[in-house]
Amino acid sequence: MNRPLDDIDRRLVLATQGGLPLVAQPYHELAEALGISSAEVIERLRRMLADGLIRRIGAVPNHYAIGYTANGMSVWDVPDDRVDRLGEQIGALDFVTHCYHRPRRLPEWPYNLFAMVHGSSRDEVLEKVAVIAALLGADCAHDVLFSTTILKKTGLRIG
Amino acid sequence: MIDALDRTIIDRLQGDFPLVDRPYAAAAAALGIDESTLLDRLQRLLDRGLLSRFGPMYQVERMGGAFVLAAMQVADADWQQVVERVNAFPEVAHNYRRESAGGTPFNMWFVLATESAAAIDELIRRIETATGLPVFTFPKCKEYFVEMKLAVRE
Repeated sequence: MNRPLDDIDRRLVLATQGGLPLVAQPYHELAEALGISSAEVIERLRRMLADGLIRRIGAVPNHYAIGYTANGMSVWDVPDDRVDRLGEQIGALDFVTHCYHRPRRLPEWPYNLFAMVHGSSRDEVLEKVAVIAALLGADCAHDVLFSTTILKKTGLRIG
Repeated sequence: MIDALDRTIIDRLQGDFPLVDRPYAAAAAALGIDESTLLDRLQRLLDRGLLSRFGPMYQVERMGGAFVLAAMQVADADWQQVVERVNAFPEVAHNYRRESAGGTPFNMWFVLATESAAAIDELIRRIETATGLPVFTFPKCKEYFVEMKLAVRE
């Protein structure tokens, strides 16, 4: 469900987008800062989770630091009339962390299906890409773009 | 070094953090440790950069905003200047240099996050003006899967 933030939700997002307070009663601390009750903080977070405004609450690992040093964006040119069926199939593979249908940008960019694959080495990523290639067929044009440098990684920051 | 407890915390606390008065105590109990140990470990994991943060992961599109992948082709000679100009925009949430084996011309890939979907077009024009380069955008047509929960390797 899509919905705009009301003023209190927006202040709650601003107060938590960098993380929850690391104190015994974090919702209580947020409530004091926002001038509402901790029960309301909890209820608003619960509703944002239920509505999908929050994907999840918990630890956000730096995936490079926990051993995933190779990150390959595999991109594929699949027929438009099959992209949904193939996207669901590739997205269901246990090593694919994100899978999207995106527009082509011809002539520079012929690919319309994006599947992100993480691994401990480029060889591991390429082995997984080969599994995708086997599913999509040998004639499916594709490329793999490996990240070589993180130039910025702050995540969402509103405000 | 990541010890066994760090690994357990990272692997098991990537979602479902309790919405209760003492959530760290509840999460710690589920891991068989106490509240102060968990708080101390989380602080150290953040300080060491193993966690980027601990808290809600927001989905800006569900708030009426936009989260759009974009790419540019940047010449090596201009690289550092373009990085600085692109990264100076607060709406640039991530930016990666990527190289391909398959001859793809785009080597800078970044994600734009804006609070309103209508702001994206104007933002792209401003980035094009600041860098003098065309920006190609790849808004998602459909999301099939997103689950960035990864178990600790090593």
